[in-house]
Amino acid sequence: MTVPCCGPKCSAFCAIISFWGIIMLALLGIFFYIEAPALAEDLPIDEDVWAAGNYNYTYVSDLYKQVAVNCWIATGLYGATFIFSCIMLKINLRSSYSSS
Amino acid sequence: MGSLYRSEEMAACQLFLQAEAAYASISELGELGLVQFKDMNPDLNSFQRKFVNEVRRCEEMERKLRFLEKEIARDQIPMPDPKEIPNSPEPREMILLETTFEKLEKEMNEVNVNATTLKKNFLDLTELKHILTNAQTFFDEAEFEIDGSTISMSDRAAVLPPPPPTASPSRTLGPTGNIRFVAGVVLRERIPTFERLLWRSCRGNVFLRQKEIDTPLEDPNTGEEVMKSVFVIFFQGEQLKAKVKKICEGFRATLYQCPETANERREMAAGIQTRIEDLNTVLSQSLDHRHRVLVSIADDMKAWHMKVRKIKAVYHVLNMFNVDVTQKYLIGECWCAERHRSRIETALRTGTERSGSSVPSILNRMETTEHPPTYNCTNKFTKVFQSIVDSYGVAGYREVNPAPFTIVTFPFLFSLMFGDSGHGVLMFMAALAMVVMETKLMQTKSDNEIWNIFFGGRYIILLMGGFSIYAGLMYNDIFSKSFNIFGSGWYPHPQRYSEHTIDHHKDLTLDPTNNSDYRGHPYPFGMDPVWQMSLNKITWLNSFKMKISIIFGVSQMFFGVILSLQNSRYFRNSVNIFCEFLPQMLFLSCIFGYLIVLILYKWIAINATMSACAPSLLIDLINMFLLNYPLEPCSSAEFYDGQKSFQSFLLLLALVCVPWLLIAKPIILKRQHSKKQVQLLNNNDEFEGRKSTEINLDGETQTSKQKDGRKDSHTGHEEEEEFSFGEAFVHQCIHTIEYCLGCISHTASYLRLWALSLAHAELSEVLWNMVFRVALKMSGYTGLIAIFILFTPWAVLTIAILLLMEGLSAFLHTLRLHWVEFQSKFYKGDGYLFDPFRFDKIIEVSADD
Repeated sequence: MTVPCCGPKCSAFCAIISFWGIIMLALLGIFFYIEAPALAEDLPIDEDVWAAGNYNYTYVSDLYKQVAVNCWIATGLYGATFIFSCIMLKINLRSSYSSS
Repeated sequence: MGSLYRSEEMAACQLFLQAEAAYASISELGELGLVQFKDMNPDLNSFQRKFVNEVRRCEEMERKLRFLEKEIARDQIPMPDPKEIPNSPEPREMILLETTFEKLEKEMNEVNVNATTLKKNFLDLTELKHILTNAQTFFDEAEFEIDGSTISMSDRAAVLPPPPPTASPSRTLGPTGNIRFVAGVVLRERIPTFERLLWRSCRGNVFLRQKEIDTPLEDPNTGEEVMKSVFVIFFQGEQLKAKVKKICEGFRATLYQCPETANERREMAAGIQTRIEDLNTVLSQSLDHRHRVLVSIADDMKAWHMKVRKIKAVYHVLNMFNVDVTQKYLIGECWCAERHRSRIETALRTGTERSGSSVPSILNRMETTEHPPTYNCTNKFTKVFQSIVDSYGVAGYREVNPAPFTIVTFPFLFSLMFGDSGHGVLMFMAALAMVVMETKLMQTKSDNEIWNIFFGGRYIILLMGGFSIYAGLMYNDIFSKSFNIFGSGWYPHPQRYSEHTIDHHKDLTLDPTNNSDYRGHPYPFGMDPVWQMSLNKITWLNSFKMKISIIFGVSQMFFGVILSLQNSRYFRNSVNIFCEFLPQMLFLSCIFGYLIVLILYKWIAINATMSACAPSLLIDLINMFLLNYPLEPCSSAEFYDGQKSFQSFLLLLALVCVPWLLIAKPIILKRQHSKKQVQLLNNNDEFEGRKSTEINLDGETQTSKQKDGRKDSHTGHEEEEEFSFGEAFVHQCIHTIEYCLGCISHTASYLRLWALSLAHAELSEVLWNMVFRVALKMSGYTGLIAIFILFTPWAVLTIAILLLMEGLSAFLHTLRLHWVEFQSKFYKGDGYLFDPFRFDKIIEVSADD
């Protein structure tokens, strides 16, 4: 891997956004897991299915856990992006250091 | 480190320097950077000053340095900055530098001239080589045509006489055939016109053959590459030759001697080839030599520049001094901070020692009536706040400086408008990164204006971020979501709403009366998180935010008026205290202080059971002014006993303040002035000439002159000012109107704290709903991919819109609130900045050139 596919600015930007993404999505996952009511409006609730189940709470609870898991997997994906952009950054720094 | 509350005490001093020690002393003072020199010779232009020759020499040196820099830049050699700034050089070092620069300049010029000559020679030889190579083809073509009598492709008839029949076809054209030729090289663009002119002027009796040179040739003067063509012109007779030569000169075609026989041409070509090779060697060697010389001086260039700049600066300052009669001393005047006098005297002593002179320099404090400059000692943290204040207007001498208060109030008001903890955290982190890597980032000087602005304001951004985190916790707003840390104070009462009702209804109303849906104890810190889901969140928050905006705004204005009291007390201006501060304070308290009391009362005393008849404060305030006390809508009725009489009393008090503010001061000033006039008339018998103490229009007497009140001991400038009652009255009138109307309009202006925070909260919520919620609302694997993909645009838009745009907007509004609403209550801002003679500033400024 000698040729970086992003420039120095692009990889720095990706690194920062990925870092923020890891922290924020992890916390968001935790908040979804503990079933915070503030996030209730963000759930993928299907009105008909819920009405059919007589508006019981387990449906909502399941949805909470599902979205939490989604968030955590996205955290992992951003972790991978973070590592990738850090590697790109290192390659960029090394090539600019060697050329100057 | 002095106090930031008021500007430093300044002293006007006279400086006596011995002529030999002058240069060294001034350079020591330049290194110190604490003295501002006054120009003692403002009428002289630069050519009449004493040290004009030295300045001229410095400028010559700078010219030479610039020439050398250009040469170095042409060879693309890097010029590194010196590791440390060199000290200001001795006068004798100046001569050394001058000789060095002269030698270098001469050498460079020689090398350049030689290179040009060599290149010209090279060009000549190359062109000749091309001619020789192409000549054979020309002659062959020409022969063929003459033999065959064919018409050339440029449609010219060969009107040369046919060769005598005894000639062999392979014979070259020689003098016996009386056909002559000239060979040369001309720019390719000029060939068509050249041909046409030749044809026309020689009436078709000449014959041109041309061929293009494939490689571009370098013009030695301009250095750019041009395309040329080789040509041969055949003609007969001397007159045609003269004509042809003239035309060639006109087209700037260079003519060369081309031998006629092929053998000679071959020999010449070989000789030219060797000559070209030799020339190339010499050329490359001379360029190498030049490069070596430039590399050797490239490291010193920047340091030399700084030294020359320092010398020039010292001579500029010396030009500001006066020379005394004995020609041995230089006398000058300067401003310096009282605190720094001992350091300055030490520097002068060092300067005297350095120059080896025996006579010490004298720094003598003198009395003056001029306004001293304003000098605020700042460190890297307070510098940005002081610059914010100075951008609006530099504080007058020893006036209360708003900067230390701005350190707290600026981030606070910003946070009221920005209040979102998530965005606050981002801002805080970004500023923290800049602050922690401060030393490294300061060394990499960047040209990017925007980066420099952000980096210069890193401390203020840090504070703004920190305060915003707090404000976000108070508004309970983190990326438009609320946190429920302590448990909400609201819960639907099981007797009112059963589980079944809750499950089957979309919206329910929670009623806080009778402790039914409200648990009885409020959420301990910040907004209750239940408000995030409520439909009337904005209505409720509007009322709350408007009221706290008014409270903070009026408090800041009160504080401004109190600072004006501090100013009046410091300058011992009792007229201002009684005629301006008191009526202003009363006016503000009676109307807006009362409003704040009402707001607090309504928050504390009125509860939800009384909400139908809760007093509407705005209507009540309007009714107070209109003396209108209706009974009908119960929200406008009286809500405490004696309200009518008390409010009428306050109104009367406020109205009394207006003429008090308007008339009292001009009348008192006039009485003071006439009393002084009477005194002076009495004193006139004792002294010759009329002197009067200066009375400024607003009655401020300089503290330095109060001591000299009746004695006639002014050495400096005296001014007699006529006291005009009309002017004073108009001035006071403007001030009264400005203040009274300003109170009302500025109070309303503080409502922008509410408006911007509403806008920010709404933008944040819309961004979450429109961008991120779309991803969260998808279930299953599509949801996962959507979250991963949509997080980045949500993040980028948060930074771009909410942090940058809203942050800039809130910053601007906070700035306006400080500059206009706060500072108009006390700030005069009529001073000028203390601008000391400092080497590092001169070098920094010149480095930007």
